[in-house]
Amino acid sequence: MATKQISRRSILKTGAAGIAAMALPMPFIKAASAADGVVLGAVYVGPRDDFGWNQAHAVAMEILKSTDNVTVIEEENVPETDSVSKSMESMINLDGANLILGTSFGYFEPFMIDLANKYPDVQFRHAAPLWSEDKHPANLGSYFCYLNQAHYVDGVAAGLSTTTNKIGFVAAKPIPTVLSNINSVLLGARSVNPNVEVQVIFTGDWSLPVREAEAANALVDAGCDVLTCHVDGPKVVIETAEGRGVKSCGHNASQAALAPKGFITGAEYKWETIYSMYADMLAKGETLPNVVVGGYHNDMVKNTAYGAGATPEAIAAADAAIAGLKEGKPIYVGPLKDNQGNLVLDKTFDNYDPVLDGMNYLLEGVIGSIT
Amino acid sequence: MTAEALTTILIAMLGGAIRVSTPFIFVALGETLTEKSGRINLGLEGNLVLGAMVAYAISFHTGSPWLGVLAAGFSGVFLGLMHGSICSLKKVNDIAVGIAMMSFGIGVAFFFGKPYIQPSAPRLESLPLGGWASNPALQQALEINPLFIVGILIAIVMWWALANTRVGLVVRMTGDSEPAARAMGINPIKVRILATAAGGFLAGIGGAFLSLSYPGSWNEGLSSGQGLMAVALVIFARWNPLRCILAALLFGAAGALGPALQSVGISQGYYFFNAAPYILTLFIMVAATGSNSARAAPGELSIAK
Repeated sequence: MATKQISRRSILKTGAAGIAAMALPMPFIKAASAADGVVLGAVYVGPRDDFGWNQAHAVAMEILKSTDNVTVIEEENVPETDSVSKSMESMINLDGANLILGTSFGYFEPFMIDLANKYPDVQFRHAAPLWSEDKHPANLGSYFCYLNQAHYVDGVAAGLSTTTNKIGFVAAKPIPTVLSNINSVLLGARSVNPNVEVQVIFTGDWSLPVREAEAANALVDAGCDVLTCHVDGPKVVIETAEGRGVKSCGHNASQAALAPKGFITGAEYKWETIYSMYADMLAKGETLPNVVVGGYHNDMVKNTAYGAGATPEAIAAADAAIAGLKEGKPIYVGPLKDNQGNLVLDKTFDNYDPVLDGMNYLLEGVIGSIT
Repeated sequence: MTAEALTTILIAMLGGAIRVSTPFIFVALGETLTEKSGRINLGLEGNLVLGAMVAYAISFHTGSPWLGVLAAGFSGVFLGLMHGSICSLKKVNDIAVGIAMMSFGIGVAFFFGKPYIQPSAPRLESLPLGGWASNPALQQALEINPLFIVGILIAIVMWWALANTRVGLVVRMTGDSEPAARAMGINPIKVRILATAAGGFLAGIGGAFLSLSYPGSWNEGLSSGQGLMAVALVIFARWNPLRCILAALLFGAAGALGPALQSVGISQGYYFFNAAPYILTLFIMVAATGSNSARAAPGELSIAK
């Protein structure tokens, strides 16, 4: 009791000094974070070494870590719930983050929108094309890479690698991004081998290793001799393909090490292009753009270095396809029908045309159904 | 549907039954043993995930997958002993502890499993028993992992031992009537702790199959609830080890249905077909509810009381 009274009285006595003392650390924190330069906080929905989506982001953040005046804070395995808000708030309040990067689709609404309203001085960017100027706060924004361009290149290489003319595709869910990747593989393959068909199996969720293995086996049993996929962690599909002695193309991050015999190439993001640009602009005090999208023409996607499964012809054709994409050569050369026989694209569309963002069909030549 | 497509589906379901069922067999057998002693251990999902991680890690460090399998079993014993001991305290609910143990097992596995996601560990080799078949899909379906055979042998031994040996009788009596066991001079707490530990051992081995055979790699999404489903299979199998095998095979085959149908071009309604194992389980559970199923449940189970 005695100590309590003393401390209470002493606080009262030195009230003004106390307040001054409490206020004192504040400028120090500010000064410290300013000296540290830019603080970027990234939140991942899964483990950052999943051989897939999360790893692609983590690899980019890893590159930023070696940049001067940039501090990187990461948190992985954060579900698309209130936990996101807690993670992001702690990055802002405890680590002084200037820019928060939310890398999972479900982080956006309502979590990042609410946080952006609550912390107007902090920048928020989300990795999916969801931001719109009239609906969302100005310190929030979207960035996205058109990975389907790299899948198109996969398709070109796969089209020259298949002898059965069947490419297998293990897909998670029939959302536009996934459908665009499937269709791009088909168009890439058909650009060099008109007889190719792409057979797709949907597993129904982003990470179901046992069902992904079953799907990969079923595709090989159905006669596919090149497999590729769009699931969160492609490890199982690539390893199953290698085990069954068929070739494979990767997705999201490099899986070359998993298939030393049959790996051809893979579609990879180059998030580091966007992240370094953000860090750079923040350091200079510039305003970040709300929307950043890109593909091959602005160095935002790439293909994994060719593996042992790539033949010289496949490499030559894929390299040519990459050169074409860099010059803006369109993937969706119309008119194109879907696999139900309906005309879905009446003319040729540019690779970044918003019409393609709402894709809800599989093109003619794809065996599979979205429902 | 053509005959060829039908054959493809049937072969895929056969292959799926063999490939997917093994973890279900081990977890269900472990749960059967534990429940026969009068306890429910809902935490076997934790044993499965921890077993998968430990097996992969040990196989990676020692180069011997079988050593990994053994280590996975002992990680399961560790969790089982913990569950058994905590539940032996007064007024502790085994179901609640089971759920806590599940989170604990998964958490420990994720914590120590981080460095093993990237490296590649030696796997358990499968036995190519399909060499005689000309159909490559059938050959593939008959690539049987030794653990599958071990699981079936354990089920037969457990079925025989529960019915015909003194140990089996002690376990069953403890599970059916604690007073009777006490009257015989048996310490039910000791029996239950041992039965939970042994059940944990089996579930751990089930996990080793996941990471070392099929799908054959360690990552955090590996199990997707298979340990929980296996616990449900035990009720479906009415606490009979032989029926556990049947239940697991059926479940594996139903799980292969979704991908197999899509591979032959029947792609409409894949969400429905992917749910086939669960729909099947529900149907059989409903169909199996009769006076018999109630009688098969060990009398000391907290859900049966």
